[in-house]
Amino acid sequence: MSDFSEELKRPTTEDEQGEPCVRSGSGMCFPWLQKHIESIASGGKQEKDFAQTTSACLSFIQEALLKHQWQRAAEYMHSYLQVLEDTDSNKRQGAPEIIWRLGSEILYYHPKSNLETFNTFADRMKNIGVTNYLKISLQHALYLLHHGLLEDANRILTQAETWRYGEKSSSQEVLVNLVQAYKGLLQYYSWYKKKMELSQLDKDDYAYNTASQNMLNRSWKTSINLCTLIKIPGVWDPFVKSYIEMLEFYGDQDGAREVLNNYAYDEKFPSNPNAHVYLYNFLKREKAPREKLISVLKILYQIVPSHKLMLEFHRLLRKSDKEEHHKLGLEVLFGILDFAGCTKNITAWKYLAKYLKQTLMGSRLAWVQEEWNSRKSWWPSFHFSYFWAKSNWKDDKTLACEKALVAGLLLGKGCKYFRYISKQDHQVLKKKMKQMKKSVKKYSIVNSGL
Amino acid sequence: MDLEETREFRERCSQCAAVSWGLTDEGKYYCTSCHNVTERSREVIDTGAIPNTKIQAINRGLKRKRKLEKGWDWYVCEGFQHILYQQAEALQSLGVGPELKNEVLHNFWKRYLQKSKQAYCKNPVHTSRRKTTVLEDNSSHSDWESEPELLSDVSCPSFAESGAESQPDVRTPKPFPIIKASHSETTSVCSGSLDGVEYSLRKEKGIMKMSVPRTLAFCYLSLLWQRETITLSDLLSTYLILKVFQKYRFVEEEHIPYIHAFQHFPEEMKLYGRDKGIFAIESWPNYEVIFKKIIEVATFLDLPRFPDITENCYLHPNILCMKYLMEVNLPDEMHNLTCLVVKATGIGEVDFLRFDPIAKKAKTVKYDVQAVAVIVVALKLLFLLDDNLEWSLSNIAKKYNEKNKEDKPWFDFRKWYQVMKKAIDEKKQKWEEARAKFLWKGEKPIYYSAIDRPVVYKRREMLVSLQKQFSTLVDSAPNIEKKKPSSFQFNWTEEDSERPCFHGHSLQGVLQQKGQSLTTKNSLYWLSTQKFCKSHCKHVTTYEESNFSLSYQFILNLFSFLLRIKTSFLHEEVSLIEKRLFKAKYNKTNKKSSRSRKTRKC
Repeated sequence: MSDFSEELKRPTTEDEQGEPCVRSGSGMCFPWLQKHIESIASGGKQEKDFAQTTSACLSFIQEALLKHQWQRAAEYMHSYLQVLEDTDSNKRQGAPEIIWRLGSEILYYHPKSNLETFNTFADRMKNIGVTNYLKISLQHALYLLHHGLLEDANRILTQAETWRYGEKSSSQEVLVNLVQAYKGLLQYYSWYKKKMELSQLDKDDYAYNTASQNMLNRSWKTSINLCTLIKIPGVWDPFVKSYIEMLEFYGDQDGAREVLNNYAYDEKFPSNPNAHVYLYNFLKREKAPREKLISVLKILYQIVPSHKLMLEFHRLLRKSDKEEHHKLGLEVLFGILDFAGCTKNITAWKYLAKYLKQTLMGSRLAWVQEEWNSRKSWWPSFHFSYFWAKSNWKDDKTLACEKALVAGLLLGKGCKYFRYISKQDHQVLKKKMKQMKKSVKKYSIVNSGL
Repeated sequence: MDLEETREFRERCSQCAAVSWGLTDEGKYYCTSCHNVTERSREVIDTGAIPNTKIQAINRGLKRKRKLEKGWDWYVCEGFQHILYQQAEALQSLGVGPELKNEVLHNFWKRYLQKSKQAYCKNPVHTSRRKTTVLEDNSSHSDWESEPELLSDVSCPSFAESGAESQPDVRTPKPFPIIKASHSETTSVCSGSLDGVEYSLRKEKGIMKMSVPRTLAFCYLSLLWQRETITLSDLLSTYLILKVFQKYRFVEEEHIPYIHAFQHFPEEMKLYGRDKGIFAIESWPNYEVIFKKIIEVATFLDLPRFPDITENCYLHPNILCMKYLMEVNLPDEMHNLTCLVVKATGIGEVDFLRFDPIAKKAKTVKYDVQAVAVIVVALKLLFLLDDNLEWSLSNIAKKYNEKNKEDKPWFDFRKWYQVMKKAIDEKKQKWEEARAKFLWKGEKPIYYSAIDRPVVYKRREMLVSLQKQFSTLVDSAPNIEKKKPSSFQFNWTEEDSERPCFHGHSLQGVLQQKGQSLTTKNSLYWLSTQKFCKSHCKHVTTYEESNFSLSYQFILNLFSFLLRIKTSFLHEEVSLIEKRLFKAKYNKTNKKSSRSRKTRKC
């Protein structure tokens, strides 16, 4: 068949890319009719053996890659390349990207491959079609970075940065920015090294001035490279972090705050816990008021209730003057311990035991019950089972004691966990045990309920 | 007079309706037959921006050069002739007698050219349409000195003289005073051959157009005529495909040129544009398709009765059965049984085997498929293949063999199955891998239009350099043994303990003496097809794998892989043999049980 017919059929098939489902009025579906229609859409042609070869080849490559048979993969790759000459223009246009991905993977691992081979391959693939130039450049640079070739990577990024191709380059703006940002990251790295050198120099040293001047120049270039990308919605953690570090170093606190606020609060950006962490850390360095810190962590708490900063959050809340913060502090502790990964977090248990007691002493029974109501169905078996009591006691006696206190307070002295721990005889912990039993007797919500 | 310059202008002359234009010094077209000068001038001049005609001429020259690759003038049929020539050469180098090329195939081809009115006739198609009009309103003043030349010219060079003699003949550029039928709507579409565009548009009733798959039909017909020892499946799979794969890696070497046939055209025969659709092939030849084409070609050529296939011929079922029994490692003793089946069904008769295209209902026997079907029937007679009897017979054979280690061993179906299953799976895997590695495109890329050209060439260049790069990563020592092409795919020898040979095993365990003759111990039989499809949909039966026993499925898969045909195709042939074998049963009634009892009379 000639190309001509292929060209004729292309627009129609593209339009009907959604499944051409044939339904009659009553909503019945005729599979045979569907098949018939499909064959009309494809010009009544059967798939050619050429297409069969390439698709079989592709699956062989994938299989070889999966099994780390690089040699075999390269063998099939050699024949898969012919897909570049496919008469089906859709397939032909999609081919370079597939070839690049598979090929770079093979060249990355193949024992006979080296830097030079990879470079030639990347350079060739960049120039097949125009759509992949930036993507490949970026990955090429990352490959070089991985091999510690910072200068080469920088050169590739610089080339990519200046690459223009009519409308194509404007539609790939994000990629251009990403290329620039990576270049910025490289500059940040050398700036950081300079900073380290500088910290070892004496301030009065003659060399100090030139070095710091040098650094300033670098940072200026870097910030230009970084700041454009950061403004576009996305997750740019490493870029933001280094940018902030530089801004702070030169005393531009306002600039840094603006960037971080934007990164954390702009609604166009995807929800990103790290954005709030960065902002919190920045504010902490700035010695911002407690109120402010709490408001930042409140958002983080909503996104990641098990974040390791939550203990710090609890401390802040505890210290706060407001009542609602105190209530929230309890909530936060319960929240942390909801997660399986935190079950052995001794600090969390210690805080909870202490805070629970404190709350009950302050006759805030309602707060506790509010938290407990949703958990009483599953926490006993999740935390306070006989099994846990035994294993906790074996592994970490302090943890077991804290947990036992909590268990006692929440479930009463009859609960398995508390009973098991309180029966244990231990010299050092004797005093603590006694205290625990006393507290439970006095404050347990089960007792008071009666 | 520059003929090339005028080729683009294809409108008819307003005075004499001829399409034969020359270019005046002012760059206007004039009719070479009536000297009528038109108002039309070459498009370059139309722009009128450049006053100097000399510069225009240079411009024109440059433009032309870029747009069209100039090689020899050649016709599509010459392209096919070249392919056929190469295929005949290839067959000859495989051991086929020289008469095939020099006489048989050559005659078939001449006949084709004549029947399709391309040569060896009074009004060859290249000129006929044009000429008739000219002759009709022959307004006396035609200076067609070249006219007689035209007639003789189209007659394609024979390859009877073959070899070096004919080659230059094929290549000789012919001084055609070009007359192409005017297809003004297609002027944007080009082709390297002179009549590529016209050829691909031609749709005459009763004319069979040549195609690359049809070249194989020609080859097979001449092989059949010569009664050579090559079956259709050999031609298609063993020789052509498999062998190609064995050297897949860096050079493509087709034992019979097919997919890359046009790549071997002489350098000066340029292919582009419409030629692509005519000569570039993107599919492997398929048995059923080629088989249909064989009948088509033979009927179109109106060929006389083919030479008889007697018992001494390779294509006779008895001989083919022997061959396939050896191929699949079955005992030689089975040959007796297959001969009986052949005799009982009458498929070994000369009348049955003869191919006669002129006969009312032209049909040819699928010699290879039929022979294999006979073996399947024989296996069913011996072992029933109901997933039960064959295994219990195997147990008996196994016990016997263990006890009598000195004797000729009894054939053990289970053991044979294990050996064959392993062998065929390996072969299949290799075959699939080779197919996945097959390189379809040759060194010469074909572009569709002048705009495409640089793109296509650049792509090609890129591809080659990428391939080079990856080939350095491949193990440099290719572990592919160069085998001589053979129609055997397996090699069974006594010594190999991994792949034991069953040829010498005896069938004593499954046969029994009855009076004077031997009969099969198994007295049951089941029919592959109970009821044949009698509607006009052309297929006789269908094959739904899951309805059949696993052993039967295995046997069918084994043989259909050997022949590279569809399983259903073989199943159909098996059913047809059974239909002949159990004619009486079919005639009476086949509505009974699914397993019809049948006693064998041997």
